Amino acid sequence: MMKRYDVVVIGAGVSGAAIARRLSAYRLSIALLEKEIDVSFGVSKANSGVIHGGFHHSPDLLKSRLEIQGNLMYDKLQRELHFPFRRCGILVAAFSTEEMRIVQELYNRGVANGAIGIELCNGDRMHMLEPKLNSDVMGGLFAPGGGIVEPYRLVFSLVESAVLNGVDLHTNFDVAGVEKSGKTGSEDREYVLHGSDGQSIRGRWVINAAGLFADRISGLFGAEDFRIHPRKGEEFLLDREASAHTGRVIFPVPNPVSKGMLVIPTVEGTTMIGPTALETDDKEDLATSSENFEKVFYSARRLIPSVSERDIITSFAGLRPSLEDGDFYIARSEKAERFVQVAGIQSPGLTAAPAIAEYVKDLLKQGGLELTEDPDYQGEIPAVPRFRSMSLHEQDAAVKADPAYGNIICRCENVSEAEVVAAIRRGHTSLDGIKFYTRAGMGRCQGGFCSYKILQILRRETGLPWEKITKRGRKSWIVRERISPAKTS
Amino acid sequence: MKHTEFDAVVIGGGASGLSAAAEMSRGGASVAVVEREETLGGILNQCIHNGFGLHQYNEELTGPEYAERCIRDLDGLSVKVFTGMTVTLMETEEGTQLLYGFSRESGMVRFRCRAIVLAMGCRERNRGNLGTPGTRPSGIFTAGLAQRLVNIDGMVPGRECVIVGSGDIGLIMARRMTWIGARVRGVIEIQPYPAGITRNIVQCLRDFDIPLYLSHSITRIYGKDRISGVDVAPVRNAGGEASGAFHIPCDTLLLSVGLVPENEISRKAGVRLHPETGGPVVDARYMTSVTGIFACGNVLHVHDLVDYASEEARHCGQAVLDYLSGVSAGEQLRVGAGRNVKYVVPGRFALTGKNRFYLRSMITGTGARLCVRLGGIEVLRRKLPYVQPSEMISFDLAADEDAISSRFTTGGDETDLEVSLEIPEKEGA
Amino acid sequence: MKKDLICISCPIGCRLTVEGENPEKISVSGNRCPRGEIYGREEALAPSRMVTATVAIESEKLARLPVKTDRPIGREHIPSLLNQLYALELVPPVYCGDIILDDFAESGVRILATRTIEA
Repeated sequence: MMKRYDVVVIGAGVSGAAIARRLSAYRLSIALLEKEIDVSFGVSKANSGVIHGGFHHSPDLLKSRLEIQGNLMYDKLQRELHFPFRRCGILVAAFSTEEMRIVQELYNRGVANGAIGIELCNGDRMHMLEPKLNSDVMGGLFAPGGGIVEPYRLVFSLVESAVLNGVDLHTNFDVAGVEKSGKTGSEDREYVLHGSDGQSIRGRWVINAAGLFADRISGLFGAEDFRIHPRKGEEFLLDREASAHTGRVIFPVPNPVSKGMLVIPTVEGTTMIGPTALETDDKEDLATSSENFEKVFYSARRLIPSVSERDIITSFAGLRPSLEDGDFYIARSEKAERFVQVAGIQSPGLTAAPAIAEYVKDLLKQGGLELTEDPDYQGEIPAVPRFRSMSLHEQDAAVKADPAYGNIICRCENVSEAEVVAAIRRGHTSLDGIKFYTRAGMGRCQGGFCSYKILQILRRETGLPWEKITKRGRKSWIVRERISPAKTS
Repeated sequence: MKHTEFDAVVIGGGASGLSAAAEMSRGGASVAVVEREETLGGILNQCIHNGFGLHQYNEELTGPEYAERCIRDLDGLSVKVFTGMTVTLMETEEGTQLLYGFSRESGMVRFRCRAIVLAMGCRERNRGNLGTPGTRPSGIFTAGLAQRLVNIDGMVPGRECVIVGSGDIGLIMARRMTWIGARVRGVIEIQPYPAGITRNIVQCLRDFDIPLYLSHSITRIYGKDRISGVDVAPVRNAGGEASGAFHIPCDTLLLSVGLVPENEISRKAGVRLHPETGGPVVDARYMTSVTGIFACGNVLHVHDLVDYASEEARHCGQAVLDYLSGVSAGEQLRVGAGRNVKYVVPGRFALTGKNRFYLRSMITGTGARLCVRLGGIEVLRRKLPYVQPSEMISFDLAADEDAISSRFTTGGDETDLEVSLEIPEKEGA
Repeated sequence: MKKDLICISCPIGCRLTVEGENPEKISVSGNRCPRGEIYGREEALAPSRMVTATVAIESEKLARLPVKTDRPIGREHIPSLLNQLYALELVPPVYCGDIILDDFAESGVRILATRTIEA
């Protein structure tokens, strides 16, 4: 029988995941739909991971308010969900008096937004805060409340928490059609959502957190007409040994369209530089280009001269789902009943996500959804201890408790079999899913040595044959078939 | 945590590690080998083609056969082997070495020893290192990973294949892919000459009419889920988007674009690395910049023949025995790469006994001469029939040669011995 | 008949031209040494290759057993040899040097295991 939910959330990116988790604290039946094989595999995966400091946007935008609120919610969230997060602070580096004038504006904006602790800095102060800065930096802004997070790990743990509290996660559910049942305005009014592969579910309330495809989903529900403009960002990842690893996130002075290209010290010890900002028409265009390589490195080296292309491990591209006016669009639909738009969530969407969830919860409440707290709700999820972050003593104890901690699968990032198994048992059954959950394959050899070991563990744990295992779902198969006769002549 | 003690611990159970271990054990040392795979033999196990062992055993063996001989060499010796064990940390403590290994079977083990031999081999350069633009689909493998999937696991990675890089692994994989029923649509080499040996060009490419595109590179990768094709363009001064570019559809891309010695734990232990080889800087007895830590095989510099790696490992094993028995290394001269030489290993010359050196040429051609100069005076000169970057050159130099003993110099920051390759001026025809 | 070959007797890789059908009257040119002539004649008349491959084996440790021909076989026989090998499934133990196929296609060529897989 087709399952019926109080709330269906479309899209398991950071917004959808945060919303589903927030709502899971109430006595509601909730479904979280994701069209990809794993959660966070859309916009959220290729995010820069910056938790913003609340000074980039003007106070009259919704996103400024949610950015400030969201930022403040991160400490509690991390205590409950154990994702990698560090409030390392943000610096904006200015090279001229002209740039210092813009920094002054940012400062004023930050103060107006209520950003905590931001300060204007002279050159000496900037170099004290980040000794690796270019010596030509003459001053800038310091936002101590800014930080960095591993965005996909945040999403994974939000979803894990949601599922722990009863949310049904449906991956590979690509909403292709919608039917309405019951009379308009009546209590029994419902939506039937059909997946492109024929599966269907029912829901009373629907939340459109479909990222790049929020416009298409809105159309399917007969709701507002708007267009999501994908804006591509390319980033480069540098080895954990790279000397360019800074103590803080370093921004250039922004221009009117973009915050510019940054130097980001990831929580896991690598360094990321980028992103570019390029309009594109194709919502699946994740290709990188050679021209941007020069641009990104030039820009990053201007901030931190020790950035070197010799340290590149990999590069990738992500898409931001932007709306024409640049703000978030979070509202109950005026055209479709019990349908909530969560669209245009580009930067600072990651920062704002916990606040977006709170905001959407309030919208539902105002719209008449009854919210009764669930006494069984658990805010915390069990942590998966990571071999690489343990002391020798802890490693010893972990291996004694579970011998699989002694089997190191990924030698570059020191990931053990126990962590790979934990990833698979939490539903991450593609190579990329395991990579993003555990970091196996994310290091300098890029899976050259660990891929076949992970394939073997995946086969053992899931029973999937070799040729059914994929990099990230659909047709991203790894090997085609077994060696057999008659195909060789 | 288990505690255990040896005279020497070898990290890595491939050809080099096993050869060094056997040598040390025969010399009376107590030795352990720590190997992260479940079986000994290292990468040889997946190199099922022949061509190994001509120097060591005077016969042509396949990789697994060579590995099995190395393993059998341990028979009758008391080398303790830990398989499935990864070393995550090395520490030096007052002249002794501490080493931490983890495995499913033994849990956490702390080894205390007087000497460590690094023999971890190398890893392959990958797409991230190439920086080729385009999408990130599945179906892009380093040649070694594909070789593993085919030869050990029995899988067909795909049916329409393009190979980047004409090094020997890439060429061998062109034949292997063809022999499992795939079609290899081309091998793309950025240099104007092939990186692999002639025999492989003939028997792995020409036998199957596989085109070799010299002075070409791939400029873009296509495919959303699985790779669907690559753009190939002739190399020009910049980029390569010049005329003559073309597209090859494929479902598999193999990368054979170089090897890098794996020295992450060495570096953490304070071992100094050589900018050209990527391996540790070692003295005449293969000791790194950290007293008591030695290195040999592909972790030291990338060899093209396993025979040389084994040979080097035995020298290293001998040197460790000397170290363990307190024999002084004595005076050593610095050795440096001169004209047309990419690097020379080891970087020191011992003033006692025979010294063997390995070097890589930067030039290709016939009639080159190997010249060794001591303080500017030639002490060795040898004619080489043919040199090319892909073939390692080795030579011996004895300390008691007159030219050397009469010009005994030590110390200083200057290179004392300089090794170069010289193309003679045209001498008639 | 005229064939262009690359000599593989040494790294120099001389470009050989081999002309003639009759084994008695074949001419090889382009070689810099006598080995080139021998290689050119053999390659033109009866090209043969060592073949290495794998065979399925029922083992927990390993899916494939590596094997090789004990001597070069005629190039034309390679596809059928591979097909025959790929159709096999062995059971351990197998020892390095064991004969997997004897006298392949009545050519006298043996296929040998190149790795030991214990039971």
